[in-house]
Amino acid sequence: MESLFEFLVAAFLVIAGIFGIVGSYGLIKLNDPMSRLHAPTKATTLGVGGVLLASLLNAAAFGKYFSVHELMITLFLFLTAPITANFIAKVHIHRQETRESMPSAGEDHHWATHDTPEDEEQ
Amino acid sequence: MKLLRRLVPHPLLTLLLTGTWLLLVNGWSLNSLVFGFMLGILIPFVTQPYWPDRPRISRPFKAIEYVLVVLWDIVQANIVVARIVLFKPNSERRPNWITIPLDLKTPEAITTLAGTITMTPGTLSADVSDEGHCLLVHCLDAPDPEAVRDEIKQRYERRLMEIFE
Repeated sequence: MESLFEFLVAAFLVIAGIFGIVGSYGLIKLNDPMSRLHAPTKATTLGVGGVLLASLLNAAAFGKYFSVHELMITLFLFLTAPITANFIAKVHIHRQETRESMPSAGEDHHWATHDTPEDEEQ
Repeated sequence: MKLLRRLVPHPLLTLLLTGTWLLLVNGWSLNSLVFGFMLGILIPFVTQPYWPDRPRISRPFKAIEYVLVVLWDIVQANIVVARIVLFKPNSERRPNWITIPLDLKTPEAITTLAGTITMTPGTLSADVSDEGHCLLVHCLDAPDPEAVRDEIKQRYERRLMEIFE
């Protein structure tokens, strides 16, 4: 029974490590700024998630207490990861793109990031 | 009743903060419950001016289904993205912007949708249009942008409509 848990914890750690590496490798390999953003936001979710699951399992199986801190970390990660990604994307749109280079905003005029006086002048 | 309304402007937030505090303490005791509850009263009261409206959640049980669907999709997303990163040469990849016309109206629902899009397969929400009717999404590899748009509308937006509106 004990070795089963050890096996599971190890498996989660290895999976997490693989996804961590893939996320970092993606940063080097992908060739435009917006695509590069995809690798760290996604691959690391499962990377960190795997470590947290392993820690949760380890504490429950071998420690003398049951820990819920891992759940909190997961929750905060899910709340903050999209926001960071969104900020980086917005910086890219602001600095590298113009109103004309972006796809149409449907029934509205333009995208919110281009709603500045500087963009108005161009 | 009115006084209670003013003291506890967001009852759900109060519950959430109390729960969060108990989880952070990582153990159960009456002390931390009381202290968490005090924070739960104090924080919504102080931050009240920043969000006068509260999201109305009409079907909370649908939210559980939504969370499970999204969790499953996140696991899939990781594998899909990992495969693209490892095995697809950059020249064969088709990165693309897509515009998603929104049926959702409340800011909370749109935020949830944007967050979900970032966490799920090969898509990343980048911006909203100036009047909030469209969402700009970047796809890592989308040979068929229409299909991606329809899937997001079908899979996530329809469910969020049921939860929030």
